[in-house]
Amino acid sequence: MRKDIIEIRWHGRGGQGAITAAKIVANSAFVSGYKGVVMAPTFGTERRGAPIFTSLKVSKEKIYDISPIVSPDIVVVLDHMLLEEAGVTVGLKPGGLIVLNTPKQAGDYHFGGMKLAVADVTALSYKAGLQKGIVNSGIIGAFARASGLLDIDVLYEAIRKEFKDLKPDKNAEAARLAYNGTTMTVTMVATTAAKTGGM
Amino acid sequence: MHIIETGNVAAATGVKLARAQVVAAYPITPQTPLTEKLSEFVESGKMEAQYIPVESEHSALSVCIAAASTGARAFTATSSNGLLYMSEQVHWAAGARLPIVMCVANRAVGAPWNIWNDQQDSISQRDAGWIQMYASDHQHIIDKVIQAFYLAEKMKIPVMVCYDGYLLSHTYMPFEIPDEAMVDSFLPPFSPDYALDPGDPQNLNTVTLPDVRENIHGDLAPGYMEIRRSLHEDMRCAIVELGEIDKKYYEIFGRGGSPYVEAYKCDDASFIAVCLGSLSYHLRDVVDALRVEGIKMGVSGIQIYRPFPDQALVDVLKSAKGVIVLEKAISYGNQGALFADVKAALYPVKERPFVHNYILGLGGREIKTIDLYNALKDSCTASEAKVDTPRWIGLKL
Repeated sequence: MRKDIIEIRWHGRGGQGAITAAKIVANSAFVSGYKGVVMAPTFGTERRGAPIFTSLKVSKEKIYDISPIVSPDIVVVLDHMLLEEAGVTVGLKPGGLIVLNTPKQAGDYHFGGMKLAVADVTALSYKAGLQKGIVNSGIIGAFARASGLLDIDVLYEAIRKEFKDLKPDKNAEAARLAYNGTTMTVTMVATTAAKTGGM
Repeated sequence: MHIIETGNVAAATGVKLARAQVVAAYPITPQTPLTEKLSEFVESGKMEAQYIPVESEHSALSVCIAAASTGARAFTATSSNGLLYMSEQVHWAAGARLPIVMCVANRAVGAPWNIWNDQQDSISQRDAGWIQMYASDHQHIIDKVIQAFYLAEKMKIPVMVCYDGYLLSHTYMPFEIPDEAMVDSFLPPFSPDYALDPGDPQNLNTVTLPDVRENIHGDLAPGYMEIRRSLHEDMRCAIVELGEIDKKYYEIFGRGGSPYVEAYKCDDASFIAVCLGSLSYHLRDVVDALRVEGIKMGVSGIQIYRPFPDQALVDVLKSAKGVIVLEKAISYGNQGALFADVKAALYPVKERPFVHNYILGLGGREIKTIDLYNALKDSCTASEAKVDTPRWIGLKL
């Protein structure tokens, strides 16, 4: 209803750290002058491995509407396999941004005119020295590069703070590698209806 | 200092700052992270308190009753069926005039099992003799928890601080943590008028006869009915006291100013929505959207439900053409409990606004902003017929 609110939906799997990633971005947004920050996890049905999502709304003004996001400006996808099962692009605004952790190229996807940013966050995070499968710090780098919403140095600091007892520098390095390794494209409209929203 | 955290963490931080001395709680979703946080605080030495794990909610409140009877500042928290399981002790704590503070992370009541939000749990305990406060966001939660200890101890009445399960308990948003030294200056240590003391044995809350009678000292002692009346009278006085507490809090922390009803754009409003909890904030954007269309809408969030702030509410509502009461609870076979209260408060007003009732969000049914917009618009533009049957928002079958 309000036009000043940027709506970001984070898709991951239970245990993958999507909530922590959204929380890091929420904190960074707040210290960057966004007075309105509301982050609402999926309620009640979190199970390890199951698709989950988290709503993050940010605005320069205080946010009063805590209802779930209906039409996100940005969706962040921590696992490209979720594209086939979790309806990650549902409601995405026309021309909206998809930030995707995938080993594939941007050209392999068709999202009907949406902006797409891809990075192989899984591989880059491993390269940064994190255990295989840890992607929630790295995805923030891709998000930062693609959205331009927040200063990357603020995010590095927030990542180090969040992971202060769990390899803070390697987590920040994962974000840096992903930031540099993100490629952006505006996807083509799919040639057949069957291809819309998938590969 | 501002932090971004959940409503449960806001509540736990408030309890820590209030220096509760005894915490006894049994975990139940969506309250669980609150008690986990408190046990962390106690275990790490950040909070000087006894954390007493118990096997049920009934025991949790029993422990608090015992602790408060000895003069300790006691806290518990629960949700839903947990609150109902302690119901006997809920009534007891009020009758025994023990200033316990309890957070209720509001959740639907089973059967059928449902872990999501509505307010049927705390509303069903409306007449137990507890003060009930309702929070609209995390800042409210932490501020009200601190104020609740003050109010409870001043009035010798237990206080529930209610906040919407998940919507507030698990949602992250920024809030300011009050400075510890300032909280200490606001809230003095608990000093009860009387307390159980093995050095001076006494009986508390023994059988009290229907009629008055002389006690062992030869003084005429109140009967059950006098005791009950004094609870009622003190509940009414708690309204005045809350106003004073709010002023004092405002002077120290710069927050407050609406202890009874938080009114948004109600001064010139032709129509005013009334509700409890986070919904009153959710409705602010809807109010703004309706005003763009020329409908003079406002919204009032009731901050304290028992004692009912009837005079403050009437002052806000009396000039409106219509009042729309939206509730996440229902008095089965009648109407929304808040709806009945609002109508009763408005009865002495000569030219009363019409009052509509909507039930919504039961068991976590998503409250869509567009549905709120449509319902309010419908109430503002449709006939002014006084429909006493509640209408439902978001029903699908």
